[in-house]
Amino acid sequence: MTLYYSFLNYNLLNPASISWAGWFNYQYFYTDPAFFDAIWNTLALVLGVLAITVIGGIAIALLIDKPIFGQGIVRILIISPFFVMPPVAALIWKNMIMHPSYGVFADISRALGLQPVDWFAQYPLTSIIIIVAWQWLPFATLILLTALQSLDGEQMEAAEMDGAGAVSRFIHLTLPHMARAITVVVLIQTIFLLGIYAEILVTTNGGPGNASTNLTYLIYRAARLNFDIGGAAAGGIIAVILANIVAFFLMRAVGKNLD
Amino acid sequence: MGRITLEAVTKRFGDVEVIPPLNLDINDGEFVVFVGPSGCGKSTLLRLIAGLEDTSGGRILIDGKDATDTPPAKRGLAMVFQSYALYPHMSVRKNIAFPMRMAGVPQDEQDRRITSAAKALNLTDYLDRKPGQLSGGQRQRVAIGRAIVREPAAFLFDEPLSNLDAALRVGMRLEISELHNRLKTTMIYVTHDQVEAMTMADKIVVLRAGHIEQVGSPMELYRAPKNLFVAGFIGSPRMNLIDGAAAAEYGAHTIGIRPEHIAVSPDHGKWRGRVGVSEHLGSDTFFYVEDTGLADTITVRAGGNIDLHHGDTVFLTPDDAQMHRFDATGARVA
Amino acid sequence: MARAVNTRTKVGYTVAAWIVALVIFFPILYTIITSLKTEQEAISGFNLIPSFTLSSFEAVQTQNNYWKPFTNSVILAVGSTILALIVAIPAAWAMAFSPTKNTKNILMWMLSTKMMPAVAVLVPIYLIFLRTGLMDTRIGLTVMLMLINLPIVVWMLYTYFREIPGEILEAARMDGAGLRDEILYVLTPMAIPGIASTMLLNVILAWNEAFWTIQLTTTNAAPLSAFIASFSSPQGLFWAKLSAASVMAIAPILIMGWFSQKQLVRGLTFGAVK
Repeated sequence: MTLYYSFLNYNLLNPASISWAGWFNYQYFYTDPAFFDAIWNTLALVLGVLAITVIGGIAIALLIDKPIFGQGIVRILIISPFFVMPPVAALIWKNMIMHPSYGVFADISRALGLQPVDWFAQYPLTSIIIIVAWQWLPFATLILLTALQSLDGEQMEAAEMDGAGAVSRFIHLTLPHMARAITVVVLIQTIFLLGIYAEILVTTNGGPGNASTNLTYLIYRAARLNFDIGGAAAGGIIAVILANIVAFFLMRAVGKNLD
Repeated sequence: MGRITLEAVTKRFGDVEVIPPLNLDINDGEFVVFVGPSGCGKSTLLRLIAGLEDTSGGRILIDGKDATDTPPAKRGLAMVFQSYALYPHMSVRKNIAFPMRMAGVPQDEQDRRITSAAKALNLTDYLDRKPGQLSGGQRQRVAIGRAIVREPAAFLFDEPLSNLDAALRVGMRLEISELHNRLKTTMIYVTHDQVEAMTMADKIVVLRAGHIEQVGSPMELYRAPKNLFVAGFIGSPRMNLIDGAAAAEYGAHTIGIRPEHIAVSPDHGKWRGRVGVSEHLGSDTFFYVEDTGLADTITVRAGGNIDLHHGDTVFLTPDDAQMHRFDATGARVA
Repeated sequence: MARAVNTRTKVGYTVAAWIVALVIFFPILYTIITSLKTEQEAISGFNLIPSFTLSSFEAVQTQNNYWKPFTNSVILAVGSTILALIVAIPAAWAMAFSPTKNTKNILMWMLSTKMMPAVAVLVPIYLIFLRTGLMDTRIGLTVMLMLINLPIVVWMLYTYFREIPGEILEAARMDGAGLRDEILYVLTPMAIPGIASTMLLNVILAWNEAFWTIQLTTTNAAPLSAFIASFSSPQGLFWAKLSAASVMAIAPILIMGWFSQKQLVRGLTFGAVK
């Protein structure tokens, strides 16, 4: 159905004038500068968040795997952001933390005598990456921690006897052991990150300009703000194709790792 | 009653024939052990008897009645699985009661049987625990208890001791033998461990690649193995098998002589060799003799007091009366 | 790893871990604190000690009735989860206990549909909802949420079911259990922990779903995610009230999540990490 609509000239504001558009919608999308911005932003968002969560997740997992007091409470605190629904997460960050006059970052800047940063105006995409990474960091941490805890202690001791230092033990034993968990984290997060939407809607509305518009949001805008059903459908098809390309590579990588 | 007859029973998985047509009689009250290397079809055969696998051909008779197409529950057989297969969410008591509950046995009769089974198996104190809280040996006993209360025509054991450690295994072996002596019920027991077969069985069935190589009592198999495979499989340490000129001397392609049937002397004898590794078990000593020119090593058993060391020259003399002779096809020459 | 560590090292790790944990938790903590402030306090700079007033909560309640979206959220989350389980249990059951050569491929394919961005099908779904009158109804949205989470539910249940050893089922058959007894007394009790954690995860996912809920509702069926998104509009924005509304939106699921975090981990990874 999406495919069918994608070839139509169909605007909800003017529903009487449905006509066959051929490749026009695709061409329109393709030539729209926003389109390439959106693809670039989508990739930056996915890769940025993945990098932060995987590296941060490993670091935090290593830390809380150590013997510490109150590990249960630490775990609960760290997992919490995962349970916060995306619009709320976005609102909290937008108003409580990053707001240029009332946010905590602004308070800190002022305390240091600096000019507060207007995050969403100056660094819109970075801000969204930070918010999304905050939401997904607990997920990555928890899964990596679980993998870490199943690491064989005797193996580590054997390596220690063999003269491996902490760093080489981490590189040669811990990382390979966690490879499967890392793959799972990447796979599952990618699934959800490709569809990031609420965070953008609530914070920047894709702006300024197209600076924080990802593909999902671009299509949403075509469909809901411009009521251009044909154009949105064409965008949808492009999104599906892109997602399938990503999915194909991921499945091959994960398929090997998952059995 | 538990007389089981297999008539030309066959099993194919796709195009692969796992069990070629096979005939076997198991008498009431017998303790039969199926033994063979892994992949020989012994477990499949047991599962065919249990009804967990469908036969591809032939008939299975239980007490003279054709049970080939009878579902497992209706065959009156009880099975003890390798992993014990206890129901993890039920207490020991409920686990043991389950088959009776399925059969609609009245509650007071259930209680009576559970009490007596628990007493016999030393499980009385554990009846209200969950399987997860028990040790391996205790779980094994619960699995046996679950089988006993059904008062089956025959017990089927699928490698029941392979998950236990060595000491426990010996103990459970004795318990199962004791159980058989008390109940006098037919038992069919699958194992790859020839020691279990030798110590427990009334009748051993040696299987290889789905074929029965030999059926007989433990001592029959030990004294007169029908072929090279059985000769090599039964007995520990293994029988010495010798090819070539030494065998031709006895008019055979291969001769076999057990370690205890070779006399050891420091200065005279038929074969000459050099002492390699020796294992002192206290009552016995096993020497692995090298450089005899007969086989890689010849294993010999000597009494606990003989004094030979690594590298010493040694002379061996086989007891000709105990010699096993085999032809070029591996079959026993009478 | 179970080696004794001297107390000083342990204290060091503890301090570091707590700092990280508090930094991560801080946005939530600060929101909770702000929700207990008066509007005046909320905008007067950084301050961790509120005056513990509930006036913001009351204000949110009188301004935009909280209970309606709350009820909607509960209905949607629970309803779509139950629906998904009804569909997914037989499917996962069949795949786990009588797998064919293609089972793995079917599972992979199902999961890959999750990778397609939801927007791709926004247009047809939107039009279907418009024409069938499902727009802004709880039923329509419940079905929608069920559909989008179905692949994950099937996959999770499949991994749980597959862990039930075959020998147990055979033992039950030997013990005289028919198919009905097998399902009733053996399979179901053994599968319940898996089903429970699947349910939990699905409730959380459905509760937090924010794309379809915003797209396909206006007022009637709008759950908390849509309710809270409406606070992003600049007019009438007050920090303490916003915080109060946020706390009200996330509290139920946050508390539920805290209690169930241990079971969740395995569910989250589809059993791929143990």
